[in-house]
Amino acid sequence: MSLIDNINKAFDHRIRLGIMSVLMVNDHADFKMLKELLGATDGNLASHTKALEKSAYIKVEKSFIGRKPNTRYSATKLGKLQFKKHINALEKLIGK
Amino acid sequence: MEANKYLDDITEIKNIMNRSSRFISLSGMSGVLAGIYALIGAALAYIRLKTFSSANYDGFSGRSSALWGTDLIQDLILIALVVVVLAAVTGFLMTLNKSKKSGEKIWDATSKRLVANFLIPLIAGGIFCLVLIQYGAVGLVAPATLVFYGLACVNASKYTMGDVRYMGLAFVIIGLISTQFIGYGLYFWALGFGVFHIIYGAMMYFKYDRK
Repeated sequence: MSLIDNINKAFDHRIRLGIMSVLMVNDHADFKMLKELLGATDGNLASHTKALEKSAYIKVEKSFIGRKPNTRYSATKLGKLQFKKHINALEKLIGK
Repeated sequence: MEANKYLDDITEIKNIMNRSSRFISLSGMSGVLAGIYALIGAALAYIRLKTFSSANYDGFSGRSSALWGTDLIQDLILIALVVVVLAAVTGFLMTLNKSKKSGEKIWDATSKRLVANFLIPLIAGGIFCLVLIQYGAVGLVAPATLVFYGLACVNASKYTMGDVRYMGLAFVIIGLISTQFIGYGLYFWALGFGVFHIIYGAMMYFKYDRK
């Protein structure tokens, strides 16, 4: 039971895993970069980033580069911690 | 069943972490070719130096001012430039080709970061070498180029295949060793830019490219 506890429902989706993976190894990533890396559609990616933002696992910063709006994502401390736990739980489950 | 899904998850996580932070389309074969160009260049430079010293070595005039006659310097710089340009163009084209195959973009956040981090030590080193020439410490130019090129590779290795780090360290080491053998710069250059590039290029080619 305790093993399953660490499997975080918030990460239990390919796109969300992808978003967190990118943000674990990069200080920040913008919308376009995430989209290209994960091969997701705009709407799909937006809904998943919103969900992660709601859990306070990622931070969203909106700004302008020239006239173009730019959305920048970064992982929060909490998000990184929870993601690590999630990966550890996955590895344990596989190890069995 | 479940375990399989989790295994896929882990694989996907690793894959995305690598793809998002490292530019992995660097071509190994281009390293080998760069090494071959460097060896040819070194051989040409060697021949040029030999003919120069036999033509000028008549007792007195073999000293410094004559030794650094403009013709000789121009020829050596020309050889070096041709080697560098050829190596850079080959590297770019082969990397472009490889990135097309793997579907990785040639000019994205990872490749920009790779180039920037490679160029910082390299440009600092280039300027430093000009300063060495300014103060007449010409003998230290070859060691300095090796050391700074090695540091550039070590620095860049975080943003591409990790193996580049070991090639960089090898360059730094022979660069430092060559400081104790001033006057043999050309041999150390041939060893580093020639032989090391060929060895590491071949290793990377067999490890990543041949799939």
